[in-house]
Amino acid sequence: MGQLGGFLKIHRVGFDKRDPRARVGDYAQYFGLQPEEELRRQGARCMDCGVPFCHEGCPLGNLIPDWNDLVYRGKWHDASVQLHATNNFPEFTGRICPAPCESACVLAINDEAVTIEQVELAIAERAFGEGWVVPEPPDRRTGKTVGVIGSGPAGLAVAAELNKSGHTVTVYERDEGPGGLMRFGVPDAKLPKTVIDRRVALLEAEGVRFEYGVDVGAEVSVAELRERHDALVVAIGSRVHRDVEVEGRELSGIHFAMDYLYQRNRFVAAQEGRPSRAPEPGSEIVAAGKRVVVIGGGDTGMDCISNANREGASRAIILDVYQELDRSGRDERTPWPLPPKRTLTTYALEEGGRRWWSSEVTGFSGEGGRVTQVHARRVTGTSSRDLTPVPGSEFAVAADLVLIAIGFSGPEHAGAIEQLGLELDPRGNVRTRQTYRTSAPGVYACGDARVGQSLVVTAIAEGRRCARIVNKDLGGSPMDADREQLAIGAWSGVEDHTLRHEAEAAGSVRLGDDFFSGPGGPIKDAR
Amino acid sequence: MHEMKPLQAVGLYHPENEHDACGVAFVAKLTEGADHGVVDRALYALENLEHRGAAGADPTTGDGAGILIQLPDAFLREAAEVELPPLGRYGVGMCFLPHEQARHDELVELIEGVVAREGQRVLGWRDVPVDDRHVGVVAGKAAPRIRQVLIGAAGELADEGAFERKLYVIRRLIEKAAGADLAIPSLSARTVVYKGMLTAPQMSGYFPDLKDPRFATRLALVHSRFSTNTFPSWELAHPYRMIAHNGEINTLRGNVNWMRARESQLASELFGDDLQKLMPVVRQGGSDSATFDNVLELLTLAGRPIAHAVMMMVPEAYRDRTDLPPAVRGFYDYHSCAMEPWDGPAVVAFTDGRQVGATLDRNGLRPGRWVQTADGYVVLASETGVVKAAPSEIVRKGRLQPGKVFLVDLEQGRIVEDEEVKAQVAGQRPYGEWYAERVVHLDDLPERAPRAPRVEPLRSKQLAFGYSQEDLRMVIAPMAANGEEPTASMGNDAALAVLSDRQPPLFAYFKQLFAQVTNPPIDPLRESIVMSLATSVGGEVNLLTESPAHAHQLFMRQPILRNHELEKLRQVSHDVFHAATIDLTWPIELGAEGMEWRVEAICAEASAWIERGANILILSDRNLGPERVAIPSLLAVAAVHHHLVRAGTRLRCGLVIETGEPREIHHMATLIGYGAAAINPYLMFESLDELADRGLLPVDLDRETAEQRIVKAIGKGLLKTFSKMGISTIQSYCGAQIFEAVGLAPELVEQHFTGTASRIGGIGIDVLAKEALERHFRAYPRTGREVLPVGGVLQWRRDGELHIWNPDTVALLQHSVRSQNGEGLQTYRDFSRAVNDDAARKASLRGLMRLKTLSEPIPLEEVESAEEIVKRFSTGAMSLGAISRESHEALAVAMNRLGAKSNTGEGGEDPARFGDERRSSIKQIASGRFGVTPHYLVNADRLQIKMAQGAKPGEGGQLPGHKVDDYIAWLRNSTPGVGLISPPPHHDIYSIEDLKQLIYDLRCSNPRAEVSVKLVAEVGVGTVAAGVAKANADHVVISGHDGGTGASPQSSIQAAGIPWEIGLAETQQTLLLNDLRSRITVEADGQMKTGRDVVIAALLGADEVGFSTAPLIAMGCIMMRVCHLNTCPVGVATQDPVLRRRFQGTPEHVVKYLFFVAEEARELMAALGVRTYEELIGRTDLLELDEAIEHWKARGVDLSSVFAMPEVADGAPRHRTRAPDPVLDDALDWELLRQAGEALERRKPTRIATRVRNVNRTVGGLLSSEIARRFGPEGLPEGTIEVALTGSAGQSFGAWLMPGVTFTLAGETNDYAGKGLAGGIVTVHPPADAGFAAEENVIVGNTVLYGATGGRAFFRGLAGERFAVRNSGAHAVVEGVGDHGCEYMTGGRVVVLGPTGRNFGAGMSGGIAYVYDERGDFAGRCNTELVELEELSEHDEAECKDLIAEHAARTGSPVAQRMLDGWDACVGRFVKVMPRDYKRALAERAAAAAAQHSAEPAGA
Repeated sequence: MGQLGGFLKIHRVGFDKRDPRARVGDYAQYFGLQPEEELRRQGARCMDCGVPFCHEGCPLGNLIPDWNDLVYRGKWHDASVQLHATNNFPEFTGRICPAPCESACVLAINDEAVTIEQVELAIAERAFGEGWVVPEPPDRRTGKTVGVIGSGPAGLAVAAELNKSGHTVTVYERDEGPGGLMRFGVPDAKLPKTVIDRRVALLEAEGVRFEYGVDVGAEVSVAELRERHDALVVAIGSRVHRDVEVEGRELSGIHFAMDYLYQRNRFVAAQEGRPSRAPEPGSEIVAAGKRVVVIGGGDTGMDCISNANREGASRAIILDVYQELDRSGRDERTPWPLPPKRTLTTYALEEGGRRWWSSEVTGFSGEGGRVTQVHARRVTGTSSRDLTPVPGSEFAVAADLVLIAIGFSGPEHAGAIEQLGLELDPRGNVRTRQTYRTSAPGVYACGDARVGQSLVVTAIAEGRRCARIVNKDLGGSPMDADREQLAIGAWSGVEDHTLRHEAEAAGSVRLGDDFFSGPGGPIKDAR
Repeated sequence: MHEMKPLQAVGLYHPENEHDACGVAFVAKLTEGADHGVVDRALYALENLEHRGAAGADPTTGDGAGILIQLPDAFLREAAEVELPPLGRYGVGMCFLPHEQARHDELVELIEGVVAREGQRVLGWRDVPVDDRHVGVVAGKAAPRIRQVLIGAAGELADEGAFERKLYVIRRLIEKAAGADLAIPSLSARTVVYKGMLTAPQMSGYFPDLKDPRFATRLALVHSRFSTNTFPSWELAHPYRMIAHNGEINTLRGNVNWMRARESQLASELFGDDLQKLMPVVRQGGSDSATFDNVLELLTLAGRPIAHAVMMMVPEAYRDRTDLPPAVRGFYDYHSCAMEPWDGPAVVAFTDGRQVGATLDRNGLRPGRWVQTADGYVVLASETGVVKAAPSEIVRKGRLQPGKVFLVDLEQGRIVEDEEVKAQVAGQRPYGEWYAERVVHLDDLPERAPRAPRVEPLRSKQLAFGYSQEDLRMVIAPMAANGEEPTASMGNDAALAVLSDRQPPLFAYFKQLFAQVTNPPIDPLRESIVMSLATSVGGEVNLLTESPAHAHQLFMRQPILRNHELEKLRQVSHDVFHAATIDLTWPIELGAEGMEWRVEAICAEASAWIERGANILILSDRNLGPERVAIPSLLAVAAVHHHLVRAGTRLRCGLVIETGEPREIHHMATLIGYGAAAINPYLMFESLDELADRGLLPVDLDRETAEQRIVKAIGKGLLKTFSKMGISTIQSYCGAQIFEAVGLAPELVEQHFTGTASRIGGIGIDVLAKEALERHFRAYPRTGREVLPVGGVLQWRRDGELHIWNPDTVALLQHSVRSQNGEGLQTYRDFSRAVNDDAARKASLRGLMRLKTLSEPIPLEEVESAEEIVKRFSTGAMSLGAISRESHEALAVAMNRLGAKSNTGEGGEDPARFGDERRSSIKQIASGRFGVTPHYLVNADRLQIKMAQGAKPGEGGQLPGHKVDDYIAWLRNSTPGVGLISPPPHHDIYSIEDLKQLIYDLRCSNPRAEVSVKLVAEVGVGTVAAGVAKANADHVVISGHDGGTGASPQSSIQAAGIPWEIGLAETQQTLLLNDLRSRITVEADGQMKTGRDVVIAALLGADEVGFSTAPLIAMGCIMMRVCHLNTCPVGVATQDPVLRRRFQGTPEHVVKYLFFVAEEARELMAALGVRTYEELIGRTDLLELDEAIEHWKARGVDLSSVFAMPEVADGAPRHRTRAPDPVLDDALDWELLRQAGEALERRKPTRIATRVRNVNRTVGGLLSSEIARRFGPEGLPEGTIEVALTGSAGQSFGAWLMPGVTFTLAGETNDYAGKGLAGGIVTVHPPADAGFAAEENVIVGNTVLYGATGGRAFFRGLAGERFAVRNSGAHAVVEGVGDHGCEYMTGGRVVVLGPTGRNFGAGMSGGIAYVYDERGDFAGRCNTELVELEELSEHDEAECKDLIAEHAARTGSPVAQRMLDGWDACVGRFVKVMPRDYKRALAERAAAAAAQHSAEPAGA
């Protein structure tokens, strides 16, 4: 697989990124795929590991070495089949996954990882381009229905899988379009929303129903949904913001990052003529011409910088509480093959703005109720638990707009969770004990709502696994000879098979008696 | 107390696994008149073979010795107190009876009754006098009461032959009626056998008869036995009734089955109705020798001359031979239709009382040397030098040669040459014509249109037969592309089939057996001249008659049939051949129960077809479809085979299987091993188009060629598989069941795989059916799915087969040793939990075990410290070559810091490391002997003989040229860039007594080091280990099947050997039963990972534990499994300098890891309440089957035999307590060392003269060791110590000889002369007064200069087989060699002045041979796969001439002198044998040197 010794001859060539100075002027996807020739060379770097850590590093268990090899050999269709066998939405993960597979790539021990994510996206886009991705509705319906609350990646995945099994699925989404944070949090420069729409259209064609603008618990009661469906899946994500509890927090001009990103994404949608809600008058968050300070150096923080740059902020700074990382991006706590806790740089800072490391916010001050300064100090330490302030290191940064991007603490409890009376775990997530079954019979949870904030790829994996449990609890399906299990080799172990005998005469020509014959003709009553 | 019952199976010990190997000799008197001198000479020879025999824990008790002679008529007439009829009209029965009077009387009555009923009369009884002072303690207790029954012939018997047959019938009737407490070593009117559990010197003392001058004969066959056991058994001593045997019959299981199948068809005019009384011909539970004897006896008494019968049973390699007379080839062809070869390394000495002879199997792997003296005696023995005769009295001498018969005809009073014997036997009937007329070749049958096959989608079939993407991509595609089975590396850490949830095919439950110690594996590539894939189908007829109809067989060149070939068979239209096809599928409506029902039905159908006259049964699963499920093909074949064997109709048909299931070499091997003559693996062929579509095949490969390559790949793989067991032909592999079942229920094995070893129980036919259905349900209902399961057996995949090394365990282990803070131990605990509680439980036998921990553990402080425990650890043999210099040295440093041992592996070690902590304390000696010099040996604490390797037992090794850089080549004495081959066998170990000799050689090379022998677990490993203990080793390693490798065929990694848990337990039990445990250290290795593994190994009997993969992983290995490709991306297993720089491992990683392991072991010891490791050893009472294991398939597993504790005396040590007995005390070298004192102290030139005998072995070894110790590799200046010797030297004469020592022997030597010659000079020439021409007689034995690294050797006379095998530096001149000359040679020069045998230069990759090709026919005997024949250049001529001149000067050879005198005339007849790779490498070097030279400034 791959090319023998290919990794020694070929260097990594990642996504083809647009010039930062040019791309900051629009909202189009900021990166593209290398030409096919290069992609195949990149596939050849895969070393055909005896133990492919990438495959384990991927929460979905994508068969990475297998499709790297197929791409290397130009077998795109086979690659697409193999890829879709484990991943419902490779066009999402190929764009916005932080690629724990690449962190786990064996080449990454002492070299640059195979550009796995790019190969994945290439396969996905090739499949769409070639028309290989078509609706595949189930040929039979079980008569069971399932309601899915939330249309983020977990909700979409659970819906897609249950629909494949023949259950009738309705997805309830409180916002005006599907995708959850993928739609409203992630900038179009990373994930054009057409990509989500393209996939959702396929799901609809396969029979999944979507109801938008339905806030479960408000517009429709949980009781009603339980009445309506044989099973209910809670996939509402983890949307309660973490906050900085320091002096001056009440000043205006200090917002949660997600509120800003929602507005920006809706702004782009409106510009492109897609339905979108406009912000409540007076609640607009604008970065144009402002000194923007973002607290938190994760993906959300970077997305804020990206938008601020595009809006024309006068200056953008990230205050990152953690130490500067070395070139590998690793610290002792996350040796290979674990994914590094943090990323070294991101696309946004290439376009403008700076990150100040080891900077902990201690307060805000302002004038006229508006924030003008962020107060901070230097700290040392590598994790949130062992941060130690450096005496005398206090400083202040001028700010007109402060965006808090330090993550989410858990799912919103008001609404569905409370109405269903779901048990929670100590961190405030829905408790399910590995089975995706919540404390309420017939109600399941998956994704960030169950595990806390995580990655898109984890959410998809959650949705897929949850669907298996739901399907099982619904009594299974005639289509349970389950293509995914077959594809990845997760062969059913000891479950009782009902002996299914199908007389599939078509395409099957039986052997005649003359075949099982010998001297004197066939033996009567044999076989 | 007398106890003659065959030993019972106890725990894992089974008496069927016993092996023996021995010294054998016969004496024949050519002149008329019996005399006692024959007996004297025979006993003298026997005593001089004593060092080949062995004693067990009781040194006074031998393994057995015996003598067969003609009836000493004169003696008996006087000694027996009865009136005897004339010679020929009475028979003597040697009876071993119980002492207990009542039982004795019963048996006597039985004997007399049978004799009477058979119409003969008992003349009387004679008590054979014995002298109890001449028997060992243990043997004495088991001694039977020995009496001779004298039987007179009844008048109506026509002749002596008829009487002899009647005596045979009588004996069989008695044996069948009596039971195990009576043995009749002989009952004959011609011969009598005296034997017992004696040492050779005890023989004549114990049996006073033997000293009686009237005790006279013209022939005597003697034998001294080296057995792996020490249980008292008088009966197992040789000779048997017609043979004495040295070696092994590997194919025994199959031979016995086939004989049994033949019995129903036997008929003989000579025996008439008596024939039925003989059945079964083969006595149950007999040894291989006894069984061979049984069949030979039947064939001879039924009318064939003994030489004829021997040629039938042990045919020489005759296919594709142009040098054999057509009649002889015709004889073999014809008889191949009647009997499969009894294959194995064997010398069989045989006699019918009138002729005496010996034959050697086709491989010629046992020694045999003979002399004829002027006074009319011929003596043949395993060694030369066992005759008291002055050189002048010797008329001729020679050696046994592969496949040749050596016969002495007493009536004619002469030696009958092989050619004459064979011409005579082959000329009895027109066998060749009969064969040519009747045999039908598959190729000649007309093509047939296929009978409409069922049309099923490819994907459905692949799914239903359990194909995975891995099978397509990694198994089938490489075979189709390259015509070879793919190579792989690292070990097998996947779940055992019985624990797998992935529906492994039935094949996976069968583990290949392999040859180790007691017989050698074969190199099927380099020694292909003995191998054959030819197979046939058809019905066999009566073995005891001869007719043209016997040759009615349908012949196939090889066993893998393509579709059109199968169709020819299916629709064969012929007056003799009739085929029937049987459906191997069952209707799905019947559910799982349907399979068993269908299996029974298939057997019934098979019988019905045979009744209807079908003689080709095709078992076919072509009818697979949605509604019909396929029975596992192996189950079908084995079930039908055993059913027909039981029904007695098996030989009326040939079995062919048409199946979609098999796709690996191992699958094919099992099908053939259980009786299939040919296989049509149609789904492999059908999958080719898909492979092409998917780009997995070269674009220019057409379907036809791809199919041919698959057939070729399977053929090569099959040869490899059966050569592992030392079997050469498919005909003898077929039905030989060379497998052990791991994880199958006893009922299933008994019913369908009858006779297969299966020791831990497991799944039954119900589970097989369930899994067949599960596979089926992956295919049906059809969904148009496009993908197969990925697999995950060869490479880990998340939802594929379970592997203990997976991303979690690898990462946790690496994190634990890299952690800088105190979290390392915690991470290690996560690691060990992941392994012990999860992975191992689902994958390995030890995972099924539970430790009986105390409710309150003892305080941890009271348990032996980790510092002490780690001293019991060692690392496995990983050669520098397989792994990088950096990783090799880091391992050594780590182990030295721990006070543990690292193992250097095969490939030498840089002397620069000897003095510091990079030194490996274990130095390995493997079959290639790479880097094995006296200097290397003397720098070891332990010398380890690698008999087998867990990943690929029974195979050799290969270091590809791209891994041989300058450094590796320097260490291995080879040429950079030239690949290196390690032969499958050690060419000086074909048997247990050979191993004993090598151990002796190594003790000489370094008397301070321990000697260890590495074995791999398989059924019978315990008895081999007992043999190793008796061969004087200090240490034995039992490796599991799962061990790692740098490169080996895929199927070997997966399919050969068994888990160490079973092998170790068997070893412990057998050593205890033999009272040998206290004198040997036992080490276990194979995928050891955690402290729990260590504790379980100790409880099962291990004093020490070896680790290999885990320490590599600690240093950074991430199980890429590409060691063989040289592309290891972490620098562990590569020689690529760029990649080596990536190595990040340190000794500390390994030190930390092993300390963690020891700490975990301590905690478990505390929980068990055991304070020291020593107290743990062998405490199987602390283990039990873990009832909590819920795995559905594991429920049938029964480990009670693994936990069984043999009943031994209280306080008998369960671990090693003492060193083995010293063996070097009587070495001749002590005298040499004494006399060479000044040379050693002050380098003073010294002359020594001494006599030498064949009992003086390894002469020069200790002397060389001392020189290497004192002076290093350079030794002493040439000529410092000159030793002149006279006599017949024992084995390994001049071994390890160092620079500065010159040996000149006037006389002759046995095998292994010049072994490991390292710079010294060895000369052997006949004594001045010899009565024969030196150049026509054998002067040195087989395997001369094995592994020599330097020095010179001159032999005036002929050498045996494998002259200069693996020579890497010595220069030698010899006057003729046997087969396989210069095999695997990598350096040095060899000049051959006389005849050469076949297969010269096989595997030769370096060095040069100059061969005098007088008749211009050498090319036909040279294996030109690696070498070219060239004319000599000027430089060559000079080199060659100089060596010949030295030869003439040192030996006085007239041959050499004549050549020198007429040099110009004879130089043109010399041929230069030049290895192609070597030539290329030399040219490249020269070019590089020239380039460098020209790059230097001109005129500088």
